[in-house]
Amino acid sequence: MPIQYYIFLCLALFSIGVTGVLTRRNAIVVFMCIELMLNAVNLLLVAFSKMFHGLALATDATTTVGIEGQVFVFFIMVVAAAEVSVGLAIIVMMYRNTHSVDINFLNRLKN
Amino acid sequence: MSILQILFFALSAFAIGSAIMVLVSKNPIHSVLWLILVFFAISGHYILLNAQFLAIVNIIVYAGAIMVLFLFVIMLINIKKDSEPQKQFLVKLLGVLAGGSFLTLLVALIRQTEQMQGRQLLMKDGVIGLIHPLGKVLFTDYVVPFEISSVLFLSAMVGAVIIGKK
Repeated sequence: MPIQYYIFLCLALFSIGVTGVLTRRNAIVVFMCIELMLNAVNLLLVAFSKMFHGLALATDATTTVGIEGQVFVFFIMVVAAAEVSVGLAIIVMMYRNTHSVDINFLNRLKN
Repeated sequence: MSILQILFFALSAFAIGSAIMVLVSKNPIHSVLWLILVFFAISGHYILLNAQFLAIVNIIVYAGAIMVLFLFVIMLINIKKDSEPQKQFLVKLLGVLAGGSFLTLLVALIRQTEQMQGRQLLMKDGVIGLIHPLGKVLFTDYVVPFEISSVLFLSAMVGAVIIGKK
């Protein structure tokens, strides 16, 4: 499978996430679109890790080149889980103060 | 067309279609359910790439834990379906235009890049996606970041509790 197919798939998913952040006003949906972008990048990291692993495997049968990509995906998932817990707590606090999850209320953050 | 290619295109169409449905759904709960389908499609891609550990972790952590947290918050704050104020049509159009031109630009760029042309990636062979090699690397070379991430979790937990309490 050519690597370009995977790049195009991940670019499409990432652009859908960008479009969602730009067009939706519900803070929770915006947050979900950010998760979508994170997942697109994760998939691309795994694809590149397999690409470099395939290159190295041709010369050495026991190599583990490219495994870093998958370790990084694991750490991105860890950070995303922590980020979601804090982000949703902020959204709940915002709802408690304004009774809305409209992101346009956030421009009143200053007072 | 081989079975791998058929699976790749089917899963890609499934993922992109579900991702578009996340955007166009008016009800946030429907968006969450479509996003879970996107995560299942991405897990399918991980299985195609023989990244078995990440496929399972993706289902457990994303589709299981994080999306349940989203659903929980949506149901907790009880948003009414019609209460979400819609952006104006012009703003939506500009958003779609910006996203589309971003995609077009990057696709055109990648198509021209010489380093990416003719590169194949290994689909079902290779052992780096299995638990044993990943665990070995994670607990030898990456043990310090692994421990730091536990501190990150602790601080995120304390932060979420403090933000949620007041």
